[in-house]
Amino acid sequence: MATIAPLAQAVSQVVHDGDTVAFEGFTHLIPFAAGHEVIRQGRRDLTLVRMTPDVIYDQLIGAGCARKLVFSWGGNPGVGSLHRFRDAVQNGWPVPLELEEHSHAGMANRYVAAASGLPFAVLRGYVGTDLPKQTDNIKSITCPFTGEVLTAVPALKLDSAVIHAQRADRKGNVQLWGITGVQKEAVLAATRSLVTVEEIVDELEPRPGAVVLPSWVVDYVAEAPGGAHPSYAHDYSTRDNAYYQRWDAISKDRESFRTWLEGVA
Amino acid sequence: MSDYTSDEMMTVAAARALTDGAVCFVGIGLPSTAANLARRTHAPDLVLIYESGTIGSKPATLPLSIGDGVLADSADSLVSVPEIFNYWLQPGRVDVGFLGAAQLDKYANINTTVIGDDYRDPKVRLPGAGGAPEIAASCREVFMIVRQNPRAFVERVDFVTSLGFGRGKGDREELGLRGKGPQLVITDLGVLRPDPETCELTLTHLHPGVDLATAKANTGWDLKVSADLGTTDAPTEQELSALRDLTA
Repeated sequence: MATIAPLAQAVSQVVHDGDTVAFEGFTHLIPFAAGHEVIRQGRRDLTLVRMTPDVIYDQLIGAGCARKLVFSWGGNPGVGSLHRFRDAVQNGWPVPLELEEHSHAGMANRYVAAASGLPFAVLRGYVGTDLPKQTDNIKSITCPFTGEVLTAVPALKLDSAVIHAQRADRKGNVQLWGITGVQKEAVLAATRSLVTVEEIVDELEPRPGAVVLPSWVVDYVAEAPGGAHPSYAHDYSTRDNAYYQRWDAISKDRESFRTWLEGVA
Repeated sequence: MSDYTSDEMMTVAAARALTDGAVCFVGIGLPSTAANLARRTHAPDLVLIYESGTIGSKPATLPLSIGDGVLADSADSLVSVPEIFNYWLQPGRVDVGFLGAAQLDKYANINTTVIGDDYRDPKVRLPGAGGAPEIAASCREVFMIVRQNPRAFVERVDFVTSLGFGRGKGDREELGLRGKGPQLVITDLGVLRPDPETCELTLTHLHPGVDLATAKANTGWDLKVSADLGTTDAPTEQELSALRDLTA
C-alpha cells in the first residue's frame, strides 16, 4: 500500500544520495516539483536516468545533484540546447558528469526488461552507429531460433523512480492519461517509487486509455498541484512553451542560473 | 509571385515530397513543420506519428515539442513509448522517416551526438540520438531536411548517430537493415539524392535563384551534380499562405 505523505517527506523517503533514479514523463507529466524538492534537500551523487533529460535534469545537473546521466536525448525540446548539461559535460561545472548514452528504442526496452524481471531486452537497434563503441551496455546477440543477429541491452534497474500523474485515490491507486511515455515501466523497474499527483480524489473515475498503477506497486503518493509545470498534466494544464523558451536565457550563464537556484532553495 | 525566404522554400519542397496517405514518423522542428504543411495542402490523409506515442495526429497548431497536448488530443491512437518503437516502428510499418541533423556526410550518415574527434572531450555536445537511429534503420525510406553549410555538410561525420549508407553502396544490406535509408535530402539551397551506383549524395535540384557555385561552396565535400540538374518550382501563393498560417 502506498503511503500518502507531504512532498518533502515523500522525497526524503524515496530518493537517497547515490541512487540510480529516474524522473520520467515523456514531455508530458514531468515531475518538476519533486525535482525541485530533491535540489532543496541537497541530494548528491545521483545517477540520473531519463530518456529526454529536458529542463528538469538541466536544473538537477546545474544544482550539482548528479554524477552520471543515462539518457537518449538531452535537449530543450523545440528550443535548443541544455546549457547546464553542456557546461557539465564540456567543462565539468559544477561537477563532472559521466554519460551513458542510448537511443530512445534502447532506453525504452531497458525499462521494459527491468519491469519484466528479465536481465536484458532484444531489439533491432543501434546497427551501424557509433553508439555501441561508447558503452558496454549495447551488445549483439544471436537469435537461438533463426540465427539472426540482433541487439541486446541490459535491464535498467532503478533504486528509485519518480513520476507525476493526474490523480490518486485515498488508498494510493494512481491514474494517468494522455501521453503516458515510460512511466509505468519506470515505476515497475524501481525498488522505491514516488508519484506526485494533481489531486487526491475519493474515487478514480475511468478514463479512456488511462494507465492505473495499483497502490501496492507504489511506495509514496504526494499531492503537488501544478507539479509538472512547465510541462503539463493533460486535462489540468497546458505545456508552458514560453517557459521552455525562457529557460534558454536563464540557463545560458552560471550567474543567471545561480539566481534561479536561489529562488528554488 | 510574392517574396519568400530560403527556409520557406526548403519547407515547401520538403512538404511536396510527402505523398497523400503515406505513414510518416516525424521529427520535431523543420520535419514537423513540413509534414504539417503537407497535411494542409496536397496530403490531407498523411498519417503523422510522433515518438511520444501519438499515431495519426492532426494538430490544429504547430507543436513546439513532440509531446504537446495537441498531438495527443488529435491522435487516432495514443500508445506508450515502448509500444511506439517496438510495435509500430521496428517491424517496418512506417513509409517515411522524416529527420533533421546537426551534421550530415556525403553518404548521408547523421550526427546529432558530438562535434569533434573525441567523444569524451567534445568540442560541442549535441542532444544525442533520440529516436533517430531506429527511425533511420526501420522506415521504408528516410527524408532529411537540413540547412546547407560547410559545417553541417561534411566529408565524414565526427560520430555516426544514425546510419545513412555507411561508407557506400552495400553497407546497409550487409548490416541487415531493412529500410532503404535516406532517399532525399532537402536543404535551403536545393535537393540531393543518393547516386544509384555509389549512394553518394548528389545534387539533383537547385532552388530558384540559387547558383551551383553557392551550393558547392556550402558543401564540405566535392559535391557531385546530376547530369540533368533541375530547378525546384517556386512556392505557390497557396503553399506560402498555408505555411505562414501554420507558423504564425
